[in-house]
Formats: sequence, structure tokens, C-alpha cells
Amino acid sequence: MSTIFILIIFAFVVALALLVLKADAGRDILVKIAAAVIAAGSIWTAVEFFRSGEDTVNIAMHSAESVISYAMLAIEVILALVVIFLGIKHKKYLASVLAAIQAPFTVWFELTKAHHIEVENNVSIDRLSIIMILIVGIVGSLITVYALGYMKDFQHHQGGPDRRPLFFFLMFTFLSAMFGLVVSNNLLWMFFFWEITTLCSFFLIGFTRTEEAVNNSFRQLVLNLIGGLSFLTGIIVLGSFYGTIELSTLVTLGVQGYGALMVVPTMFLALAGLTKAAQMPFHSWLLGAMVAPTPTSALLHSSTMVKAGVFLILKLAPCLGFNMAGIMVMLIGGITFLLASFAAISQSNGKRVLAYSTIANLGLIVICGGVGATGAVWAGIMLLIFHAITKSLMFLCVGTAEHQIGSRDIEDMDGLFGRLPRLASFMMIGIAGMFLAPLGMLISKWAAMTSFIDSGNFFLVAVICFGSAATAFYWTKWLGKLSAIVAARENIESGVNKEETFVHGALVAMEIVICLIFPFVSKIFVIPYIEGVWGVSNLAATLSSNNMIIMCVMLAVLLILILLFYGKTNKKIVPIYMAGANTGDNLTYMGSMQTEMTQSLRNWYMEKYFGEKKMNMLGLASTITILGVAFAIAIGTIITMMSVMGGGF
Amino acid sequence: MVKIIICVIAYLILAPVIGGLLAGIDRVISARMQGRHGPSVFQPFYDFFKLLEKEPITVNNVQDFYIACFLLFIVVTGFFFFAGMDLLLVIFTLSLASTFLIIAAFSSNSAYPQMGAERELLQMMAYEPMVLITAIGFYLYSGSFNVADIIHNSKMSFPYMIGIFAGFLFILTIKMRKSPFDLSMSHHAHQELVAGLKTEFSGKTLAMVEIAHWYENIFLLGFVFLFFANGTIAGTVIGIVVCLVTYFFETFIDNNFARMKWNVALNSSWLVAITLGMINIVVLYFM
Repeated sequence: MSTIFILIIFAFVVALALLVLKADAGRDILVKIAAAVIAAGSIWTAVEFFRSGEDTVNIAMHSAESVISYAMLAIEVILALVVIFLGIKHKKYLASVLAAIQAPFTVWFELTKAHHIEVENNVSIDRLSIIMILIVGIVGSLITVYALGYMKDFQHHQGGPDRRPLFFFLMFTFLSAMFGLVVSNNLLWMFFFWEITTLCSFFLIGFTRTEEAVNNSFRQLVLNLIGGLSFLTGIIVLGSFYGTIELSTLVTLGVQGYGALMVVPTMFLALAGLTKAAQMPFHSWLLGAMVAPTPTSALLHSSTMVKAGVFLILKLAPCLGFNMAGIMVMLIGGITFLLASFAAISQSNGKRVLAYSTIANLGLIVICGGVGATGAVWAGIMLLIFHAITKSLMFLCVGTAEHQIGSRDIEDMDGLFGRLPRLASFMMIGIAGMFLAPLGMLISKWAAMTSFIDSGNFFLVAVICFGSAATAFYWTKWLGKLSAIVAARENIESGVNKEETFVHGALVAMEIVICLIFPFVSKIFVIPYIEGVWGVSNLAATLSSNNMIIMCVMLAVLLILILLFYGKTNKKIVPIYMAGANTGDNLTYMGSMQTEMTQSLRNWYMEKYFGEKKMNMLGLASTITILGVAFAIAIGTIITMMSVMGGGF
Repeated sequence: MVKIIICVIAYLILAPVIGGLLAGIDRVISARMQGRHGPSVFQPFYDFFKLLEKEPITVNNVQDFYIACFLLFIVVTGFFFFAGMDLLLVIFTLSLASTFLIIAAFSSNSAYPQMGAERELLQMMAYEPMVLITAIGFYLYSGSFNVADIIHNSKMSFPYMIGIFAGFLFILTIKMRKSPFDLSMSHHAHQELVAGLKTEFSGKTLAMVEIAHWYENIFLLGFVFLFFANGTIAGTVIGIVVCLVTYFFETFIDNNFARMKWNVALNSSWLVAITLGMINIVVLYFM
């Protein structure tokens, strides 16, 4: 199982090489080769894992442990100094303060406490890690290939100093850190990678160095440093009171029914997961992240960053459920899912709709983790897989559309079908994949719904009923805009980069193939993972196999119908009805004063009902209250534990 | 198994016949309520066959595909229902079908259909929570989402699900496109959006929309039937009678209310879903 280490190192070495490589041609070749190697490497890791025949492959690494730990500590301190410096330079003192608190605590804990805690396995790989490795390795590296063409256009449009070497350095470092994060069992190691991903997104969001970008990047940094601090507190509590810093120990105790005992460290770790997964009240960083070039958004939203957050929460699922930590997570996820789905209705900026949809879907995955039952975790993992593929497809399509038509506004995507037929079809498949039967997200949402019902939590039942209704609304109106056949539109498809088209095509193919074979994904990855963690056997998938097969057949039938009949007609094509006399071009008509009037059509946004401000206010007020209450209790518990332990500290 | 096959075949053949007849009866009753004589009970069929003979024209080359998919998946929805399968599967297939109808309207890029489509979307958002709550109610009561299991539950669910039944009746007005909520398209002549959603559909395409509507109505009445089915003949008779009364009731409402604004449709149906629907769900949890 050494491939994973090679992957982590390889991605980082490529990143360094890209930092010094200035020539376009060299970068093109290196990125493509590296992406292919990383994708192949992640598949090979999966193959190796299955050949081992184990549920969990543990790698102790005792010999290298102290060297790696010290190296990580040194890097963390250096990075903290960088953050403190940057915070002061840009007058964002809160970031500096948070970094200044975090670094000494890390050093203190590592040097005094962590040494006495024996770590059995520093690295452990299970099927969930493999799923994440495949997502990061395949979807993530596709995004880097897309970025090649996109960043060329971007540089061309934007002008100014060429900072692409830094951009690609950050992207590959990100992938490397994600690989490290998903296989770490030693929480201090995971924390190291966790903070690296925070910093990578910080630099990526601030990439253009405009005032807005700098502000948004610091917002991301501050919110995620709060999360990081919470992560660290969780580790310290776990190490000081429970004598372990291994994730697997925590999870095992949760499975054995001691979830309630472990509630305090679980809460701190879960809070870190919530910040990274952009849940309310921390969600604003993900909305701000849109200022970055599109590949950044695609990376953050689909395969990295936010997925690290939900990965941690799904890992912690056995410790959640009906205890304080679980209830906190369920409520935050539920409120976020509902309000973010509503807020998406009021948005006409395509990227903002995508951002709210990401926040909402992450909320759904978070709830699945919070429910903590096997059925819900099944749904959560399925959501994670489908969301990664579909959302990266959507972002990359909107990015291309933006470069071609000069706007990311949905209202400007009128008649995109005429101008960019291939891209519009890809987007339509992507959108359908987000909410429609018989495609992935709906299938997982269905499973989530049944598991919420079985959990007996009627708040969640209401949340998913109303949230899904809103979800269908905002996706369908976008789908409608794309499908409209507007007369006299010139085809500008030839302007699209071939790298971009290749990546779009690959993601569309992945989306469809995964939907067709998802019963196997469930059988090979998800079910055995859950059985392994919970120690149960003969677990059934949350959806009955009948229903799963029907979904696959429906999709196959739809595909065949589209291939055979779509766009074919032998009827006479006539002008549309326009109330006044259509002047013949389907765009203008004769008004009552015998003047030519131009028709323009707009979607509904229902600002008064679902206005963004209102939803954010509601969300912030309710989630901050929940967190306040939950953590007041948690901190009280810690103080009690400290006084019981006497000289514990 | 044989019973299921009979059920499904009966649905596929009889649903458009009964659906069309009900539409005819609706028109006769409506006429009598308005003091007119009204057309023949078979008028919807005459209209249907006339539509088939119209000149084949369309506004673009994709609309017919979407409409054909709409009809196909409406039929499939009913197929799943009458084959006794999962209620959620039924609901999600129905949403897929409705989405095809909406996209067909959008694709014309014509003002009236597009406004109709936006309204149809709004109506979907309005009724969907209550439809899901209805399915969840059946699951909580009978322990299964499968229509076959719900029908064979020996205890009639209606007494325990009165709130949900009332809520379902409420959104049925939207679903059957009856006034006061016939916002997106209407069978009355006084629609302010010309023919709304279906303005650009003509000839065979429009005929497909009509027949889909008949199929849909029958399967919606099937939902009503579920509340009363308890595996006995008495239950079946009560169920069918209530279905007919419900249909009459919808016709009655249709003729006695003016069309309301979209805000009313959304506010009232969500309010109904939260109060009648969710409270009933909570009650079922504690039973």
C-alpha cells in the first residue's frame, strides 16, 4: 500500500516543478502527464486495497513517526508566521490573532502531551478513504487539465503579471494535501493536512489580488482558522482526557455505544467539519470564493476542501446520532439545507446558484452524518460521490460559458442551446443530475429521505420535503432557460478550448456511467465500508435493489430515446405566437401603435419570499444560537472534567 | 403476480377511457351548474380525435420529443402505482414527467408558454411537500412505501390520516388544474395567458397532453383510493365512491372560485402542508 505515499509526494513534487516552470508548453505537458499519473495512481491505490482483502489497511509507520511529526510541526509554525505576517500586512488582525493562538497550542501539545500518547496506526485506509482518493485523484486532476485552457484565456483577458505558476502549484499542493488528509488516522497528521487545505484555498481565493479577492480570502481564512482551532481543541481534549489521538479509537468507542461519553471532543471535531463544509453560520466563505478563477471554485466545491469537511463528519457518524453532538450537527445541517435551497431561488448569477446548491447539498450530507445510522451514512456517501462529479461538471460548464458569452448570469444564457449546443447539452445533463430522477443526486436524496423518516426526527422530514421542492424549482427554471430555442443565434462553439471540451465530456460520461452502475458502487464500496465500521453483516442498501434497478433501467431507456429521437421532426416549423403580429423572426412583434416591439423573457426570482438577505439573517440567527447553547454546555463539561481530573492540565 | 399484471393492463387501457369520460362528465356538470345544457359526455373524445387530424406543425424540432417523454413518464408513473410499487418512486417519476412538460413549454421561447411554465413550476413547488408528506404518512401508518402493502393493510388508514387526507385534497385542486389554482393552464376559456403552458402545442402534440392529463387524473384518484383501501370489498366500494365524490367536489370548487394569485397558491398549500400534514405526521410517529 505504498502507492498512496508516492501519490502524496508525487503531487507535491509536481506542484514544486510547476512553480518554477514558466513556459506554457512545458506546463501543458507536465500538467497533463501529472494528471494522468495521479488518476492512474489513485485507481491503482484502489486496486491494491482490494487485493489486500482487508476492510481497513493500517500502516503504523512507527519508525518515521517522529521525523514526520516534527517536520509537520515545523511547517505549521512557519505557515502560522506567514499568516500572522499577511494578516498584519493587509490589516486583517483577526487572522493573525487566530494563527498566533493556534501555533503555540499546537507546539505545546505536541511537545508535552502527544509524546506520551502511543499511536498504534498513523495511517489507515478504508473504503471511504478509497472513495475520496478516487474522487480527488480523478475529478481533481480533470479540473487541473481544464485549468490549463481556462487559465490561458484568463491570462489573456486579465493581462497583468502571469501568476499561473503559483496557481498550478497551489492546485497540485491541494491534491497532495487531500490525499494525506483522507488517509490520516493520527488526528495531528490530519490536522496538518487540514490546515494546508485551508491555506491553499486562502491563496487560491485571493489569487487575483483585487480588493474583493483579498477580503474574501481573509474571510475564508478566519472562518476556517476558527474551525482549525476547534479541531485542535478537539485533539487536545481527546489527548488529555481520553489518552488517544487516533480517529479510529474515537470511532470504535462510538460504535460500542460510548458516543455520549465522547460527546465533547466529537463536538469540537464536528464543528471543524461544519466550518470546512461551509455550513451556516460559516457559509459565507464559500460564497466569497467565487471571485477566484472558475477552476478554483470547481476544485473547492467538488473534490477538495468542502468534501474534507463532510468526510470528517461522515467518519464521525458512529459518535453522532441522538446525543448533543449529533443533534447539533443535524440541526445545523437541516437549517443550512433548507435556507440555502430557498436562497438559491432568488439568485440569477449562475455561480451563486451553484454555490448555494453546494451549501445545501453539503447540509444534506452533514445531516446524514449527524443521524449517525447506517442507512443515513449510505445516503451521505452516495451524495458525496454524485455531488463531486456533477458539481464539478456544472462549475466547469459555467466557467466556459462565461468566457464564451461574457456573462455568468442565467438570464444571459437565453438561447445558449443555439450558440453553444454541446456545452448547453452538457449543462442540461449536469442540472438534471442535480435533482431529477433517475439520476444520482435524486437517488441519494431519496435514500436520505427514507433514512430521516426512520430516524424518527420529524424536523428533518419537514426539512427535506420543503427543501426538495425548492431545489426542483431553481434547477428547473435554469434548465428551462438553457433549453429555450431562441431564433437567430450564431454558433460560437469553435471558440471553446479542446482541453475544456475533453474535461466536460469526461465528467458527463462519468456522471452517466456512475448512475448506471451505482448498485455496484454501493455493493463494492459503501455497504462493506459501513459493515466494517459498525461491525454488522448482511446490511442492505437503503434503497431496495428493485428500486435501484428500476432507476438504472429508466436511465438507460431515456438515453436510448434521446439518442434515437431528440431534435428530429418531420413537421412543418412555424413561427411562435406573440400576441401582436410576429414579424417573422420570433423575436419582435408589431405592437398596438404599429411599432416593432422586442420580446424579452425573464425568470422568476421571488425576492420577497426567498431573498438572500432574509435567508442569511434567519440562518445566522438560528445556527449561532444552536452553536452557542451547544458549546456553552461543552465548555462547562470540560471545566468539570478538569476539576475532576485535578492536575490534568 | 397475475393480479398485478391485470391491474397494470387495466390501467393502461382503461385509464384514458375513464379519464376521458370523467372529463366529459365534468363538462356536463359544469354546464348544468352554469345553467347551460353543455356538450355530450363524449365530447373530450371527439376533441381528441379531431386534434389528431390537424395539420402537423410545431415551433421547433425538440418540443415534440419533450411532450412524448412527458406522456411516456406519466403513463410509467401510473404503471408503477398500479403495479403496487414504491410510492416515492411513483412521486419522483411524476416529477420527471412534469419537468418534461415544463421544458417543452420553455423550449418554445414564447411569452405565454414560458409564463405558464414558470407558474407550473411554482405550482409544483407548492404541492410537492404535501405529496411527499402523504407518502410518508402511508409509510408511517403501514410500515411500507409499497402501494401493494398499503392496500392490503387490514386497517383503513383514513381515520388516522384525516389531516393528511384534507391536505391532499387541497393540493389535488392544483394538481387537477382546477380553479382557483389553474394558474399555468386552464380548460376554461378565460385564461389570461391565452392557453398558458400549452399555447404552442397543437395537433397530435396537444392530443398527447390531453391524454396524459386523463392518465394523471386516474392515478391521482388512485392516491385518494389508498386512504380507504383495507383489502375488503367494502373498503374498495367506499374508496371508489369517495373518489367519485372527490372528483365532483373538485368540479364544484372549479365552478365556484375565481382564479387566485400565485402567492395564494404557494402560501396556502405550504401552510396546509405544515399544519395539517406535519401535525398528522407527528401524530403518526407517536401512535
